[in-house]
Order: sequence, then C-alpha cells, then structure tokens
Amino acid sequence: MVFTILSVSLVLLIGVGLYLHSLPVLHKLSWGQLITSSVWKPMKGLFGFFPFIMGTLWVTGISIIISLPLCILTAVYITEYAPGRVKRILSPFVNLLSGIPPVIFGVWGVLFIIPLIQDHIAPHFVEFSTGYSVLAGGIVLAVMIFPLIVSIICEVLRTIPQDLRDASSSLGATKWETTKKVILRKALPGIIAALVLAISRAFGETIAVLMVCGNNAVVPHSAFDPGYPLPALIANNYGDMMSIPLYDSALMFAALLLFIIILLFNIISRMILSRLERRLAV
Amino acid sequence: MYQEVLQTESVVAKKTHISVKGLNVHIGSQHILKDINIDIPDKKVTSIIGPSGCGKTTLLKTFNRLLDNSSDVKITGKVLVDGENIYDPNIEVTRIRKKMGLLSQRPYPLPMSIYDNVAYGPRIHGTRKKAVLDELVERQLRATGLWEEVKERLNASANRLSIGQQQRLCLARGLAVNPEIILGDESTSALDPLSTHIIEDLFMQLKEKYSIVLVTHILRQAARISDYIIFVYMGKIVEAGPAEQVLQDPQEELTRQYVKGYIT
Amino acid sequence: MKRRKFEELFFRALMLLATIIISGSLFLIVGTIFYKGAPYMNLDMITKTPGGGFYIGKAGGILNAIIGSLYIAGGATVLGLLISIPVAIFINMYIGGKTFLANTLRMAYDVLFGIPSIVYGAFGFLIMVYFGLRASLLGGIIAVTLLVIPILVRTLDEVIRTVPSELGDATFSLGATRWETAKVILRQIRPGIFTAILLSFGRAIGDVASVLFTAGFSDNIPTSLHEPAASLPLAIFFQLSSPVPEVQGRGYASALVLTIIVLIITILSELCIRKFYKQKV
Repeated sequence: MVFTILSVSLVLLIGVGLYLHSLPVLHKLSWGQLITSSVWKPMKGLFGFFPFIMGTLWVTGISIIISLPLCILTAVYITEYAPGRVKRILSPFVNLLSGIPPVIFGVWGVLFIIPLIQDHIAPHFVEFSTGYSVLAGGIVLAVMIFPLIVSIICEVLRTIPQDLRDASSSLGATKWETTKKVILRKALPGIIAALVLAISRAFGETIAVLMVCGNNAVVPHSAFDPGYPLPALIANNYGDMMSIPLYDSALMFAALLLFIIILLFNIISRMILSRLERRLAV
Repeated sequence: MYQEVLQTESVVAKKTHISVKGLNVHIGSQHILKDINIDIPDKKVTSIIGPSGCGKTTLLKTFNRLLDNSSDVKITGKVLVDGENIYDPNIEVTRIRKKMGLLSQRPYPLPMSIYDNVAYGPRIHGTRKKAVLDELVERQLRATGLWEEVKERLNASANRLSIGQQQRLCLARGLAVNPEIILGDESTSALDPLSTHIIEDLFMQLKEKYSIVLVTHILRQAARISDYIIFVYMGKIVEAGPAEQVLQDPQEELTRQYVKGYIT
Repeated sequence: MKRRKFEELFFRALMLLATIIISGSLFLIVGTIFYKGAPYMNLDMITKTPGGGFYIGKAGGILNAIIGSLYIAGGATVLGLLISIPVAIFINMYIGGKTFLANTLRMAYDVLFGIPSIVYGAFGFLIMVYFGLRASLLGGIIAVTLLVIPILVRTLDEVIRTVPSELGDATFSLGATRWETAKVILRQIRPGIFTAILLSFGRAIGDVASVLFTAGFSDNIPTSLHEPAASLPLAIFFQLSSPVPEVQGRGYASALVLTIIVLIITILSELCIRKFYKQKV
C-alpha cells in the first residue's frame, strides 16, 4: 500500500535529497576535485574530501582486519567445540552485548585504548603518538561489531546439518580438518554476508570513532596517525554548518558520499553473494 | 561327511570382523543400547533390522565412533575391530574411522566438485600427487558405476547430481579411503527404485572385498541382499543369524511378530 | 599424522584465545562502566534535571536526558510500527511473499538497514529544514523513525515468514478477507512483534548520530513536540567532555544508566525470542 511505496522510495529520496543539497558545493568544485583534493579550508570555500575518505577507509579497514579472524574463530569455537554448558552461557552473553550503545564504546576507548596505544604499543613503532589514532578508532570499532559478526556466523554454522560433519568425520578427518575444509566452505556465503553487514556498520559508526580518532584533517600514513572519518566530520561540524557559506552543502556532500559508498557496496556484495550461492548450490 | 561340511561352513562363516562385547550406550538419561553382544561376520552383508527408534542407527554409529560427535553420550563396553578395542582411550580415532565407510540415509556430498569429493579422504590422509589421485578417483567412480556419467564434468559441483548419483558419489568417496567395512544407514530409503537397485547390486559386488553392515527397515531389501540378519528391539538384540533362517523360521516370538508382515 | 594433530591443537588454542579476547573485552567494557559509574550514582541523578552549573560540577541529575530519550525512542518506535506493520503484511500477503517483487522490496529494505544513522540524521535535518522545523523533539522523532523503520520491517518480515501458509489458507477458506487474515496472523506472532519493538527501541535509545542535529539539547524536560529534547547519549558525551572530574564521574554514571536500560531491553528481547520459538515448536 501507500506506506510501502513511500518507505521504499526513501532510498531514492535520501539520495536525491542529499544530492540536491550538495549542489551548491558541487557548483563550485567538480566531483573529481572534491574527492581527490586534500585541502580543507571551509572559510575559503575549499573542500577537499580526500583525507576524510581515507580516514574512513583506514578505520574501517583496521576494524575488519582485527575483528573478522577473531570473530570467525570465536564463532567456530562456540558452535563446534565448546562444551554444552559453556555454549549456553557464551552465546546469549555475546548477543546481549550487541545492544550496548556506541557511545559507551567510545568512553571505553578513551579510557583504555588511548593510553594503551600511547604508552605501550606506539613507542615500538613511531616516535610520538598521542594515542588518538585510526588504530584506536579501528580497535574500538572492531570491539563494537564483535557481537554482531559472531552471532551471525554462529547462526550460519548452526544451519549446517550435523550429517555433513558426520560424513567428513567418517572419512577420518580430524575435527579441525572438517571445520576447515567442509564447514567453513559451506558457510562462506553466510560469512561474507556477515562481513558486508559489519563493513556497513563500521563505515557509518559515528560517535565511538569520533571520540578516539583524533579528528585531524590529514591523510593517515600509518595506523598511528590520527584520522578524520566522514561521519565524524559531519557530526563535529554541524554546529558551524549554518554560519559558514557552503559549509552545510559540503557536509551534505559528505553524507551523500557515505550514502553512495554504502549503496554501491551493498549492491556489489549482493551480486557476489548470489553468484557464490549458485556455485555452492545447496 | 555332512558333519564336516557343516563344520567347515561354520568356521568360514564365523570369521568375525567386528565383535561387540557388553556394549551399553546412554544418551542423556536414556539407556539406548542395552548390553549388546554380537559378532559381525567378515566379507558378508549383515542387515540390522527392527522398528524405528529401537537403536539400530545408534548401534551402527558405535562401530565407527561417530557417536563421539553427539553430546551427552556415555558408552561402556568393548567394540573389537580386527581384534582391537576401538574404544580404548589410546586409540587414534581417525585411523579407525578410515577403516569404515559410512553411507547415510540422505546423500551428503561435500561442498566441492565431484573430483574433490572423492579425493577428499585420500588428500587428508596424505596422498598429494595428482597422478595418484586421478587414478584413484577414476577407479572409485568406475566401481560405483558413475564414471561414464560424470567423466566429462569432474570439476562441476557435486550438488548438481541427481540424488541417486549423489549417493553413489558418497559411496565412491567412502571407498576411496580404502576401508575394510562399509556401513549403510538406510542408505537407499531416499532413492528411487532404479537407484536403489543400482546401490543394492553394488553392495552385492562389494561384499567380496568388504564387510558390509546395513541398517534397514525394508524387510524385502534385507531378504534380497543379506547373508546375516540381526534383529534389534528396544535396544536389545533379540535374534541374530543367517538371513533365511531369521526371516523364514525365527526362533523368537518377537522376531516372528516383526517379520510377519514379510511376504515370501 | 603428527602434523595433523598439531594443527588441530594449534587451532583449538587459537580459537580459545579469540573467544577469551572477545568475551573478555566485552566484559571489560561493561565492567568499567559499572566500576566508574557506580560511585557517582545516586537517586538525584535519575530524578532531577540539571541545575544551573551542572556541567561545571553543581547539583542536578539527568532526568532531562532520560525522559528525552524515552520520548524519542518511544515516539519513533510507535510511529515506526504504524508504518512497518502494514508494510510487512503488504509484502507477505498482498504481493505474495516469495515473488520477485517481494524480494526486490526486501532488498531495498536491506539497503536501508545498512545506511548509517548519521545519514538518517542528515536527511532528517533536511526534512526539518524543508518544513521549517527547529531542532526539537519532533525533529528527533522523525529522524529516529526513519532509522528504525528498516529494523522493524526486517524483523517483522522474518517473523511473518515463519507463519506457515496453511494458517492463511485456513482463514481464507473460511471466507475471511485479506485484512482479517492479517489480523489473525498478527495475533499469532505477537511475541515476535514484541521482539521487534524491543530491538528497535534499544537501537533508538542508544543512537547518537540521528539525534545530533535533529533533537537539539536542553536542560529541561520537553513539554511539547517543538521544544528541543536532551538525549542520554548526548548527555553522556557532553559530561565526559568536561574537564571537571566530578562531571566526568557523573558522565560515567549516566553511561551506567543507559547501559542498564539497554541491558534490560536486550534480556527481555532474548526471553521473548526464546518464548516465541518454543511456541513455534
């Protein structure tokens, strides 16, 4: 009925709306310039989004690299190896934590991760670091999406029939061999879906990252450099939005960028997923 | 002379491959198998029959220690394969499992190509050379009658095959690790009559090299292909002996009741 | 064989390590909040609004934020439900749950589900500007509703799909209209609806980015839709950014309040899910 059409067209509406409001800034600088320039001087009307795009990519990348292996290992442990009692406690526990609001993770990040990086990790690698870095953002994000990924992968693993495991065991495979060669293979589409969801979440997470990443508009060259992801940019500056000309349009452009990236990402991964599913045909 | 023939006959028949002594299986709080003592003869087809839920499949799964995978299982007693107790704590489970091939009720091809399915077992146990694997795959696929049907598409996903073909693939896969014993858990119940016929014929051929233990609830199938029959009821062995004898002239009343539905 | 055994043990150890890291860090987070926030928790915190100078250490509490968040999350959930229930029913009953059209719609909602809350916040802001609204309770509700609709639709859709088609067939054959059948189905999945409500409420109450531009902030409890409203996440953020240790401590206490609310919601929804699935089987 009407509602459906309305809400689905939200996708279009958002895209169009953001685009329209980005127009002023697009009039001044072209798409290419906006995306590749690193010059960010709002007062002069210069908006280069490159550092922010890179900041977003760095933080998201680090968080996925940290969390994906850990989550797969944990999910496998919970479903395949953990003894009954442990499984019964762990599984709901992890689920429980998926509801904790992001701002709490930000708090924890400031309390623990920043000093950890500043005092214990960074000195091995670089001369000086305040601890406020994309690494901190990545770690905080990773911890934030742990529960999400673990619970999805657990669900996927649970749907794999026991008889498949039995078939592999009967051929003389060890439990790990069965897991590695059969279970994970069968679960691959599900794992990728979890990955996609995780990346989407990570891209858009605002407050937790904002609190720990340094908010410095430079392109990060190492994990220990501060960064300034797109969501943080928007959140931090909305107050100034109305006072500087073109600023609000620029921020809308940032939102548009985020929107497009995630949209494209979703569509591409969906295509990859359906192809995979056909190949591993159930 | 009659006596001598009989004696020779019984000596040959009595060579056992699997010997179960005092086996008791508890799953959770239920006592599923009660004090089982039975011998499975070598290089013959033995069928385990009985009503549903009476422990046939559980018994089968104790032979290759597949029961270990379930939770809450307690097993006491001995299962001797070629004289070794497979439940001895020092035993390497994977070696035991390698000795037995399992065919489940529904085929479960692994999520890989036809070639990889058959090669899976040998690869795990150390065979890496492509030439060796190629030969092995072809040999087993021929043995199960699949070779002509799939030789052009060995790299296709195993899921594309029909159910009958998949089950034969699973058999080929099981044979590829060179087992001595083949276990079948109602392995033709999901198949159409033609595929069932093919698989039954295969069993009859294979018994020259392997000992075959089948769980079935189709008495006619048991009659068609078995040499020996074991009748299990409520977790206990009620009767065991040569197929014809158990089906035509059962010693126990329970057996008589159960096979009454069987038409000669 | 030795190598295989070693590989098994190695990965088993790795898995255990990963599990410990993950559960440990999550445990640590909750524990820290409790540890740091508990000393500053007192009845005042949850029953008073900020007095003058609250942010530099004087008396008051965060009642404004608590009520504000409850209003926003509550309003958004109600509004969201009004929209999502018809949508979910529409997809499943009027278009046929498995058709290409239905699946395309589902895909669209999945995309909406993945859009970050800050984009909803920005868009909500645009809507507000378009309608000439100022940062207010209404603005916050609008933005959060947009955020929450995909969550609701997704959850409701999954729940409706678990209803066997025989139920629909049965009512249709008794002569019921589609709408009447819909009502029957809804009653059947009541705990599922509950779960959906809890899930979206939990998300709504903890999210910052969507309320950032749209709800504003205020030290008072909003009395009308057009007044700005405080929200818990923002309140936490502001307090923690203060240099005064007393205020920071209260920030932790506020975080504690939010965490407890969310934990209660999550536990409730877990129980609901269990009850729902037990009922199914």
